[in-house]
Amino acid sequence: MTNLDVEWAKDWMRRASAILTEHRMELIDLDRAIGDGDHGENMSRGFAVVVTRLDEAPPEDVAGVFKVVAQTLMAKVGGASGPLYGTAFMRAAKSAEGELDSAWVVTLCEAALDGIVTRGKATTGEKTMVDAWTPAIEAARAAAEAGKSPAETLRAAADAAADGAEKTVPMKATKGRASYLGERSIGHKDPGSTSTSYLLATAADAAEAAA
Amino acid sequence: MSIAFVIVSHSAKLAEGVVELAKQMAQDVEFRAAGGSDAGGIGTSFDLILTAVEELTGAGHQVALLTDLGSADMTVEAVLEVVDPDQVRFCPGPLVEGAVSAGVTAQIGGDLDAVETAARARELFTD
Repeated sequence: MTNLDVEWAKDWMRRASAILTEHRMELIDLDRAIGDGDHGENMSRGFAVVVTRLDEAPPEDVAGVFKVVAQTLMAKVGGASGPLYGTAFMRAAKSAEGELDSAWVVTLCEAALDGIVTRGKATTGEKTMVDAWTPAIEAARAAAEAGKSPAETLRAAADAAADGAEKTVPMKATKGRASYLGERSIGHKDPGSTSTSYLLATAADAAEAAA
Repeated sequence: MSIAFVIVSHSAKLAEGVVELAKQMAQDVEFRAAGGSDAGGIGTSFDLILTAVEELTGAGHQVALLTDLGSADMTVEAVLEVVDPDQVRFCPGPLVEGAVSAGVTAQIGGDLDAVETAARARELFTD
């Protein structure tokens, strides 16, 4: 089984930037429906800067890549996704030591969620990105314990995150800008959980390409 | 040690307006507006806020941070992870009322605890 390494991390960020640019309008539309409409623009712009910075000064390890991501998102993304994903990647950077195997994929997702909860203070069922990360951790843990490869573990996490994002549709938002809409937030998919599912999908794509 | 303020808003104009309003009753207190994203749009900027905080702490002030909406709180809390927590405090509350109330409290010599309490502007929101 191929462990994850710095080349995977850099490839992940290139793919993340591409998919967020591809889905920019979709994220803008989702966010316009129940938020302030800046999520697609912020995410595509933030990750484009991440890729530029990684190309200019390529880090030597996974932790170094995640630190660049964290600092860039924190500085360049004005909406809530900046501090939320920024803190997630900062915690992820701290988790990236030793063997980056299937068990670490679980640790990575747990670290990311820990960062998001520290910053956003949300819990499950509030129509936020927590509703994508939480099932992702559970699926990753099941895959890792079943002896799956890191790529397979990431794919399981990504699929569970996408499923979790779909399940935000009937939820009523009680955190963030969408909570101002109350009942009218019901029937819309949460943009943050959607971008989380794209991020994890590209993490799996990059791992499959390297395996 | 005197207390200074960083007013954090999603809108640069709103942050500047709050500073203008608060200064009217707190002429001797230092205020910095840190509004808008670093690209000049609607949003909040980690770098803009951190720079304002460091300027004020560098000049010997304790700093109170006031915010408008949820993600401004998050950006401020991220900034708090990299500064001295004894010198810098996030004071949640309604931005306009809180800035005026806390500014006046600082003007008459209140400490950081008093400023934090004033920023909540609770007296304005009781039935």
